Amino acid sequence: MPHKQQVSPVAGRRVRVGCCAGLTAGVTLAPSAAECSTSILQPAGPVAATERLVLLDALTIMLVIVVPTIIVALAFAWWFRESNRRARHLPEWAYSGQLELLVWSIPALVVFFLGGVIWLGSHSLDPARPLRAAGPQLEVQVVSLDWKWLFIYPSQGIASVNELVVPAGVPLHFTLTSASVMNAFFVPQLGSMIYVMHGMVTQLNLQADRAGEFYGESAQFSGDGFSDMHFVLRAVPAAAFTRWVEATRGGGPRLDRAAYGALAVQSRNPAPSTWRSIDPDLFQAIVTQQLPPGPGPETGRGSPAVHPRTRE
Amino acid sequence: MLGKLSWAAIPWDQPIPLLAASVVALAMLAVLGWVLARGYLPYLWREWITSVDHKRIGVMYILLALVMLFRGFIDAVMMRSQQVLAFHAPGYLPPEHYDQIFSAHGTIMIFFGAMPFVIGLMNFVVPLQLGVRDVAFPTLNSTSFWLTAAGALLVNVSLVIGEFARTGWLPYPPLSEITYSPGVGVDYYLWALEISGIGTLMTGINFVTTILKTRAHGMNYLRMPMFCWTALSSNLLIVAAFPVLAATLAMLLLDRYLGFHFFSNTGGGNMMMFVNLIWAWGHPEVYILVLPAFGVFSEVISTFSRKPLFGYRSMVAATLFICLVSFMVWLHHFFTMGAGADVNAAFGIATSIIAVGTGVKIYNWVFTMYGGRIRFRTPMLWSIGFIVTFVIGGMTGVLLAVPPADFQLHNSLFLVAHFHNVIIGGVLFGAFAGFIYWFPKAFGFSLDEASGKAAFWFSISGFYVTFVPLYIAGLLGMTRRLQHYDVAEWRPWMLVAAFGVLLTFGALVAQVVQIVVSIRRRAQLRDTTGDPWDGRSLEWATPSPPPAFNFAVLPDVADAEPYWRAKQRAIESQQLAAEPGYQPIEMPRNSPTGFITGFFATITGFALVWHIWWLVIAGLVAAYAVFVWFAWRDVAEYVIPVEEVARIDRARRQARAAWLAAHARESSG
Amino acid sequence: MSGTEVLRGPAGGSPIDLGPGRDVVPPRGYATGHGRGGPASKRVVVGYGFWVFLLSDIVMFATLFAAYAVLADQTAGGPHSQQLFHPGSVAVETACLLLSSFACGMATLAAQRRNQLWTQIALLVTGLLGAAFLLFEVREFMSLVGRGDGPTRSAFLSAFFTLVGCHGLHVTAGLLWLGTMMAQFFAKGFRQEIRHRFLCFSLFWHTLDIIWVAIFNLVYLVGTTPYV
Repeated sequence: MPHKQQVSPVAGRRVRVGCCAGLTAGVTLAPSAAECSTSILQPAGPVAATERLVLLDALTIMLVIVVPTIIVALAFAWWFRESNRRARHLPEWAYSGQLELLVWSIPALVVFFLGGVIWLGSHSLDPARPLRAAGPQLEVQVVSLDWKWLFIYPSQGIASVNELVVPAGVPLHFTLTSASVMNAFFVPQLGSMIYVMHGMVTQLNLQADRAGEFYGESAQFSGDGFSDMHFVLRAVPAAAFTRWVEATRGGGPRLDRAAYGALAVQSRNPAPSTWRSIDPDLFQAIVTQQLPPGPGPETGRGSPAVHPRTRE
Repeated sequence: MLGKLSWAAIPWDQPIPLLAASVVALAMLAVLGWVLARGYLPYLWREWITSVDHKRIGVMYILLALVMLFRGFIDAVMMRSQQVLAFHAPGYLPPEHYDQIFSAHGTIMIFFGAMPFVIGLMNFVVPLQLGVRDVAFPTLNSTSFWLTAAGALLVNVSLVIGEFARTGWLPYPPLSEITYSPGVGVDYYLWALEISGIGTLMTGINFVTTILKTRAHGMNYLRMPMFCWTALSSNLLIVAAFPVLAATLAMLLLDRYLGFHFFSNTGGGNMMMFVNLIWAWGHPEVYILVLPAFGVFSEVISTFSRKPLFGYRSMVAATLFICLVSFMVWLHHFFTMGAGADVNAAFGIATSIIAVGTGVKIYNWVFTMYGGRIRFRTPMLWSIGFIVTFVIGGMTGVLLAVPPADFQLHNSLFLVAHFHNVIIGGVLFGAFAGFIYWFPKAFGFSLDEASGKAAFWFSISGFYVTFVPLYIAGLLGMTRRLQHYDVAEWRPWMLVAAFGVLLTFGALVAQVVQIVVSIRRRAQLRDTTGDPWDGRSLEWATPSPPPAFNFAVLPDVADAEPYWRAKQRAIESQQLAAEPGYQPIEMPRNSPTGFITGFFATITGFALVWHIWWLVIAGLVAAYAVFVWFAWRDVAEYVIPVEEVARIDRARRQARAAWLAAHARESSG
Repeated sequence: MSGTEVLRGPAGGSPIDLGPGRDVVPPRGYATGHGRGGPASKRVVVGYGFWVFLLSDIVMFATLFAAYAVLADQTAGGPHSQQLFHPGSVAVETACLLLSSFACGMATLAAQRRNQLWTQIALLVTGLLGAAFLLFEVREFMSLVGRGDGPTRSAFLSAFFTLVGCHGLHVTAGLLWLGTMMAQFFAKGFRQEIRHRFLCFSLFWHTLDIIWVAIFNLVYLVGTTPYV
């Protein structure tokens, strides 16, 4: 069921919402039930659509072998039961050259077909490969922190936490890193995930074909607050996106190195928030480790060296 | 004086671990009290704890495995119930506890549940099947077991003194580095695995040597039972893969204890190197687990179909093929780390190639059944259940081996369902099939059929009802290791999975019932001849349980399935072969070396976790002293006099003769 | 089941009956353990098992070599291998270790001749040369640490100290073993188990030599080659 969310215009803070959100300030959506799924079998973008095709192709190839195999196994087990005297009894039959050829070639053939799917699929769906589309793409820089996601829009000069607003129908190019531990950026309905690691940059190309809200999460366990590392990807019409950028520039704090340092401290369940302007070198400074990695837990039972505890 | 250890190490504010620890402590005290009150301690020390007999050690391994499987199952119950309750709610397990539970679940199930089970089966069966008296290095064997037990003890102690790792069963850095996991949990994990890893490596060395260098006369490579072939491959993998684990965990230990920079965020550390190295061990590890299970199925399906195994040579080839290729696929565990399309595709193709070997084996088992006269005893049910379940699990594995599919399914519940599919359907089903199949040989009486079958049906239905919802949840985008979630679409599947856990609990109950009932009815279930299943390989030539020396005279093997041939000859000629010429037999003496080494290993490991440096040094010195003391003994063997050998073997021959006569009456009547 | 345990000679020959007594001891080298003659002799089994252990140890070193190769350039602003290693000290260490292997070979010959005195002398020389190797290595480590270039300085240095240090730890363990062997030869003479253990020790010692050759080449020689 959709949840209404409360908006406090003064602090810009919003109540945490699940997949199916209600209204947000400045952007109106009318989610339908179908859009409230997180299923990878209901793709909302070209990457996910192709990946679903690959999955179903591979499944079909495998089922052609697997289903008859299971049926034959159960059939033999039943037919050759001890009480069935009609079944042939071949007490010494333990070898057949023809059958050997068959049992080696069936799996080999499957591998052959699958190999083609694997080779072609891996290349066409490589996360770093740009999507073919007319028009420019949107650059987003992603930093995973403990335990939230920071999204920086370098061309627009703004940033947001745990809420990724993008224009629908526009190819998105993500450059990703981590402030601390390994995570994985994943929006199931849009397609591939990619690991994020400190001191390194990974690339991802996705696109949302239609407007809607899509569930995003981290797919690599990263500590006590891992379950809170979900975010919302809101795909909106291009005009709505421009309005959202303008609105974001209108209020909120600036994301400079000090603010980033405060953000990097371990915390769970922050509300989505935005930043009206950014230090343009911030992402680069994070990647090249000019800024230190995020700190670890500082309190614990006994001491953090025995049983660390993170703040709520 | 006591390093980091203090009273604050005990989780006074968390009732669940306190309660669990109290129950366990009470149970252990009760058992110990019962043992002492009945005066069993000298017997236990003499016959089991200091035993270097592969049969005794095998039984102890399996006992450890069963207890640890139970502990791992409790962890699973907690995980499933948390995920039922924690929808838009915090559940009853805070993250700091839940994270320990799933990490302990994986660690215990793999290292202290599945590994000891298959190693226990190999311990018990391989020397008997090879027609020899024991493994190549019996005292080393005992030490292996006690080191494994030491590791298990450390993991369980962490529940109540300190904490366990909160990183998952493979502690990826930087999360597992000292910055982000400053507690003692990861240290417990690392030392427990280093200690038990040494034990496992020693097992690998022992069995490779035993199988390649100590077989009965006439047992050339193509006459070796299939279980011994898979045991050989599994142990070759242990020898090749476990050193990688030891080195990798050692590097993480150096990072944590001494501030090295192998995998750290700063100083040039490379966390991707950990991922590569750990999976270079991790993938062979799953084949270490499943190959002996494949061997069990070869034995069971052949015996209960009353036919020799179909396609023996291609089975051998497929086994060795799997053994080799298992080292070439490790990257499929992290396609999403960004290695690029060429690398991902190459490893994806290699992964599907390995499915060829497994496919060949499945078909050979199916054709073993063809033309047979199949008896649906419990081990055969487990085998048929395996064929169906493992094929499905293998299929989902091949699906995950396609990188674009993995890009959406990596680390999801689909992945979790896949590996449980193959580990439960393959390793666990094989372990239970072997357990029931060889139980009469080990203890002299069979297990009750009815409760055994009930355990099987609860188990297989429990598996599907638990894990098919997890496949679906994975396809719905649910990732693993979530302590809470608020996606409504996922919740119904969590409920169904919890019901599946209930069914699996029924299996557990049925299994316990089976053991209790069988012990009570052991007089009726007695295995009088040593061959309760009409077996085909050499272990069925011995009485149940076999004497310490296994065979009065080492067999002379003339073809594959030597026992079957001998049995057919005896039936045709209506008499046993002539009585052999008995001789005195030298056997290795028992030794407390293994137990004492395990004892000091536990102390040293605990001291290392808590930074109690003087105790570390004391433990190491003591361990070295044990080696020297063992090396100093003058008498390593004892002799069984020829009269004793003759007496035992004549009793065996009498039982066989009686069976032969009864068999003749049955077939003529 | 088979009758009296007899050993079959070469195909077509007559069976070799060794008569009654204890479990038959086949002629040396007859039993292979994988088809002919039953389980192989104790000496073969012990040696083989120890070889398998050494192979596993080599795999462990291979992992450390791999880590070194991956991290060789991760100097975190600190010194590279070119700035660190001194051929002189390494040459002395190599000479010590190779000579100690030679001395170990001498000890093997003396033990075969059951000569207590020369066995002990050769083992002592082996041990002293091994200790000398360790001394030079520890000096090298301490000078690096003293300059602030210890293993915590960078990933490259972590890998270097671990790889070379692990080899040094193996040498140390070997020296402990050596001392125990000397004591055992002295106390128990040239009994079969003692000789088997000495076989294992000498295999271990020579393998450490081989690993040192790999370290010497891959770490020191390659490491001190100037950048092109």
